[in-house]
Amino acid sequence: MKEVKIVTKDLTLHYGQKMALNSINIQIPEKEVTAFIGPSGCGKSTFLRSLNRMNDLIPSVHIKGEILIDGLNIYEKKIDVVNLRKKIGMVFQKSNPFAKSIFENIAYGPRINGINDKKKLTEIVETSLKNAAIWDEVKDRLPDSALGLSGGQQQRLCIARTLAVQPEIILMDEPASALDPISTGKIEELIFELKKNYTIVIVTHNMQQAARVSDHTAFFYLGELIEYGKTRKIFTSPDIKQTEEYITGRFG
Amino acid sequence: MRLKNKLIGGSIITASALSVVLILAIIVIILVVTIIGGKDTLSWKFLTSFPTDGMMKGGIFPAIYGTALLVIVMSLAAVPFGAITAIYLTEYAHEKSWIAQTIRFAVRTLATVPSIIFGLFGLGFFIKYVGGGMDHLFMGGQLKWAQPNLLWGSLTMALLTLPVVIVSVEEAIRTVPRELREASLALGATKWQTIKKVVIPGSISGIMTGTILAVSRGAGEVAPILFTGAAYYLATLPTSVSDQFMNLGYHIYVLSTQSSNVDQTLPIQFATTLVLLMLTFTLNLTAVLIRSRLRRRIK
Ligand SMILES: Nc1ncnc2c1ncn2[C@@H]1O[C@H](COP(=O)(O)OP(=O)(O)OP(=O)(O)O)[C@@H](O)[C@H]1O
Ligand SMILES: [Mg+2]
Repeated sequence: MKEVKIVTKDLTLHYGQKMALNSINIQIPEKEVTAFIGPSGCGKSTFLRSLNRMNDLIPSVHIKGEILIDGLNIYEKKIDVVNLRKKIGMVFQKSNPFAKSIFENIAYGPRINGINDKKKLTEIVETSLKNAAIWDEVKDRLPDSALGLSGGQQQRLCIARTLAVQPEIILMDEPASALDPISTGKIEELIFELKKNYTIVIVTHNMQQAARVSDHTAFFYLGELIEYGKTRKIFTSPDIKQTEEYITGRFG
Repeated sequence: MRLKNKLIGGSIITASALSVVLILAIIVIILVVTIIGGKDTLSWKFLTSFPTDGMMKGGIFPAIYGTALLVIVMSLAAVPFGAITAIYLTEYAHEKSWIAQTIRFAVRTLATVPSIIFGLFGLGFFIKYVGGGMDHLFMGGQLKWAQPNLLWGSLTMALLTLPVVIVSVEEAIRTVPRELREASLALGATKWQTIKKVVIPGSISGIMTGTILAVSRGAGEVAPILFTGAAYYLATLPTSVSDQFMNLGYHIYVLSTQSSNVDQTLPIQFATTLVLLMLTFTLNLTAVLIRSRLRRRIK
């Protein structure tokens, strides 16, 4: 196993009184793809959003335990959330491009980091779009609104937008659930490419997708991490009966 | 029992239908009367020339000009201040914090205060207190700021229109999808960067609607500027915020009550009314159109 990138220790999360994550312990390796699976409402998104402190936006959230990234507890007081989020990109279930041009969508992150040099921006935009495998489709229409792209293109644009900030980790919450099979295929190929340089955590409801793209799989159920291991093992001979039942579609 | 319900329902429907008809009739009558009365006087020359013969003849250009200045200076004060308040209320204040609740209560109350009270407040606060203080401090007691002028009139009007701006901008800010804010924050933008680059551009049409509604309200109100800046008659156009100004609404009031021969000025009154009506009507229509486009975007 490669270096460990993300570690959680007894991570427990409440929305008000309601527990959503119960004492999660997990170690996520660097530059590999880790998939989170589990039935709806089991806490996958909640867990993912704790990793870049997106849950800070919800006032009712209370967190106990630790999340270490590169050995640093990200919930410590001295951590700068803004910098943390630059290091940890996020791709959402519903593609959410800004109502700006394709170019400006990608340039958004670099710009807030103070890069305003047109030549430098052009360079970043091009590399990001290429790395997100969408360059050929949009290179002639960079000044056009991003809202004119198809759903699948928008989602790859959002991935490119994330890449432009040069994160180390990319969190993806069901990035292909709203897409057709061809776009989904493209996203999956892309994930395969990206893992050479990025640590990727992906939430998915699609078992085949988890099996195809991930190296490790974590099965969540009712806020608990039931089983975690090599994807091949989880999908062929899981240790726990619930995991097997979920994967074979007998519940969830 | 059934019959009783039917009777009540029937009379409610009849009553609402009647009131709709009544309101429409009033609007039509106002329009028809002003158009008939004013159409012969209304001309390009009427709009662009000064009053003559003790305001018995001539045009209304200074009143149009003064009204325009009034709404511009007023917007410069009300729009930024209202927008900042709206941003504070939606983005920073906790919904239930006492400060947010106090501001909301104040805004609601402000919206119900009779406009003449704003005029009196402007007189007492801006002219006597602020203006008097400025004269004392900067003018060595000489009278310059402690009298009605464009600045005090506009600021008083800004207070009156502030709730309109705040409510419109708040409504627009709430239509910016949460997903877009999250996208920005997830890219490592600060809250303020997100507001500046995503929330405000996303609510620009609401800010515009608010501005236009405020301008339209400000253009039509007379009471707030009665004591704080409007002039009965000026031979020259105002050139500084410390000058007084003429105003369309006030001009109508003056012509219809203060003139030595009210009947003779009747066509001018109608024409001026027509100008004011068309102005506020167009402004409101524009605001409604922008707003409906915005509403459609939400769906
Ligand atoms: N903002 C919130 N406030 C209160 N409870 C919430 C909030 N967000 C999620 N929850 C609750 O926390 C639990 C976990 O939700 P979460 O969205 O993490 O599940 P999920 O595994 O991502 O589900 P899905 O597969 O449907 O996306 C659910 O019971 C949900 O109702
Ligand atoms: Mg989810």
